[in-house]
Amino acid sequence: MKKLSGHPEPHNVGAASMTAAASLFTAASAQEPIKIGAVLSVTGPASFLARPQKRTIEMMVEQINASGGINGRKIELFLYDDGGDANSARTFASRLIDQDKVVAMIGGSTTGTTMSVLPVFEEAEVPFMSMAGALQVVKPVKKWVFKTPHTDTMACEKIFTDLVSRKLLNIALVSGTDGFGKSMRDQCVAVAPKYNIKIVHEESFGPRDSDMTTQLTNVRRKSEVQAIVAPGIGQAPAILARNYKQMDLKTPMYVSHGVASKEFIQLAEGGAENARLPVSALLVGDKLAQNDPQRAPVLAYIKAYEAKHNQPVSGFGGFMHDGFIL
Amino acid sequence: MLSDLVQYAASGVTVGAIYALIALGFTLIYNSTHVANFAQGDFAMLGAMTTVFVAAAGVPVVAAGILGILAAACAGLLLYRAAISFAKNSSVLGLIVLTIGAAIFLKGVAQIVFDKRFHSLPAWFGTEPIKVLDATIQPQSFVVLAGAAVIVFALVVFTKKTLIGKGILAISQNQLAATLVGINVTTIVTLAFVISAAIGGTAGILATPITLTSYDAGTLLSLKGFAAAMLGGMGSPMGAVIGGLVLGLVEAFGGGLISSAYKDAFAFLAILVVLALRPQGLVGSFVRERV
Repeated sequence: MKKLSGHPEPHNVGAASMTAAASLFTAASAQEPIKIGAVLSVTGPASFLARPQKRTIEMMVEQINASGGINGRKIELFLYDDGGDANSARTFASRLIDQDKVVAMIGGSTTGTTMSVLPVFEEAEVPFMSMAGALQVVKPVKKWVFKTPHTDTMACEKIFTDLVSRKLLNIALVSGTDGFGKSMRDQCVAVAPKYNIKIVHEESFGPRDSDMTTQLTNVRRKSEVQAIVAPGIGQAPAILARNYKQMDLKTPMYVSHGVASKEFIQLAEGGAENARLPVSALLVGDKLAQNDPQRAPVLAYIKAYEAKHNQPVSGFGGFMHDGFIL
Repeated sequence: MLSDLVQYAASGVTVGAIYALIALGFTLIYNSTHVANFAQGDFAMLGAMTTVFVAAAGVPVVAAGILGILAAACAGLLLYRAAISFAKNSSVLGLIVLTIGAAIFLKGVAQIVFDKRFHSLPAWFGTEPIKVLDATIQPQSFVVLAGAAVIVFALVVFTKKTLIGKGILAISQNQLAATLVGINVTTIVTLAFVISAAIGGTAGILATPITLTSYDAGTLLSLKGFAAAMLGGMGSPMGAVIGGLVLGLVEAFGGGLISSAYKDAFAFLAILVVLALRPQGLVGSFVRERV
């Protein structure tokens, strides 16, 4: 599986508001624990994103507390599971602010849950670090909202740069009908003209569809299609990759950063062999150059995570790591 | 263009065969109690997940599959003995709500006992696709179809030829009369639940190499299976298969020829039209009125 080099840096929006967050930390009395909230979609359809995130944040809190906390203050974590449901995410967000009185919040595993809790934190002026992929989370720029993963736009641009370098300018978009797929599709459509890329055909699939040969057949019929770009998340892209192999298509396929985990490669059963996708530095940790500044922290995180959970890392936990450090 | 149409048909048959397998599970429980069991998809999930995890522990896949079917059958037994049998006197609607509760319960148990990741099983005859006129179909699709055919045959023989099967029909006609002629209603209804759940478990195991499975896969399977059973005619094994295949084909051709964005809408439109014109379903007999 080939990987494009990715954007490892967290997507930072306003340095000024970061210091505002920092000053909140020091304002409280020195002995009280620092309260941090997290609302993650640990169950439900986005669970494969949020489980690594949950394990990561628990591991980091444990590590930091074991080494004496931040400025001598322990961290207290308030973790809620929204089940991928935007309504309950919002309920938990309000509870974090009103009852638990947290100083900062990490979470919103998906774009949907992030968007629903966003106004709560804006109003309460509590910093909120999202792990959602979509661009509209931070656009227009909001004072109290940050996000760590690269945006859809960055992912699209990465894919398009690679397409341009391979001179594949006529593409077919096969996108998921979930929030992630829709948002990335819109961003890709928006930035395509910048790269002179023409979207000659469009198809869509549901997040729980079990066969996508129909969509691929329609793509195959359009002979001018030079590459397939498939924004989507969850199990559906894995099935798409299987069907792609089943139909023996030769058109290069690009999938999204939403499936950047080893599980995807396993489930696709060889269908992912020639697919390309934009990923963060985490997944290519041991392939980074020795002198790359990202190398040491990334490898340290992978080691700690694999040692603790005996499971390979997934890029989504990495977003959590970045968010927490900030 | 012809090969495209064949490919749509292949896709429709693949998906439709899975709907048909789930729909078959509705038959016996519906025939004996007039309840549409919305935990049917979760029986499929339970069978598949058990097989995945037992196989991962080193047990041969065939043995793991048998254990998976047994696990689903046990869940069916528990559903009847621990829930439905206590609510015998409630309305059919109340019992249906009970099965929805059981579905949510099974989903919750599965995410604790198993995990929340997606899993797959190896396909029976490999994944090398079969070519028909430039269209391709996965060999596993034929396994699912064959499974559906075997289950239909077994169900027809069971209800028409065996004493227990005739007992189920008798109970569905008139429970009191059935008791009076010496049919043990409780035993037979329990058996209907166990067999239905085992069919569900088998369906899940056969479909997993195509659809993948996870703890929450059951809900959608129940809904699509129910839609297929309604379309074909609730309670009829042949109807379940025909309903499933029609549903799958409508989705594939609607999605392929018109727009993949409205794929599900075509399926539901087809159901609306059929139910408006033929309320008993495509092959269902007249609707029995309970007095």
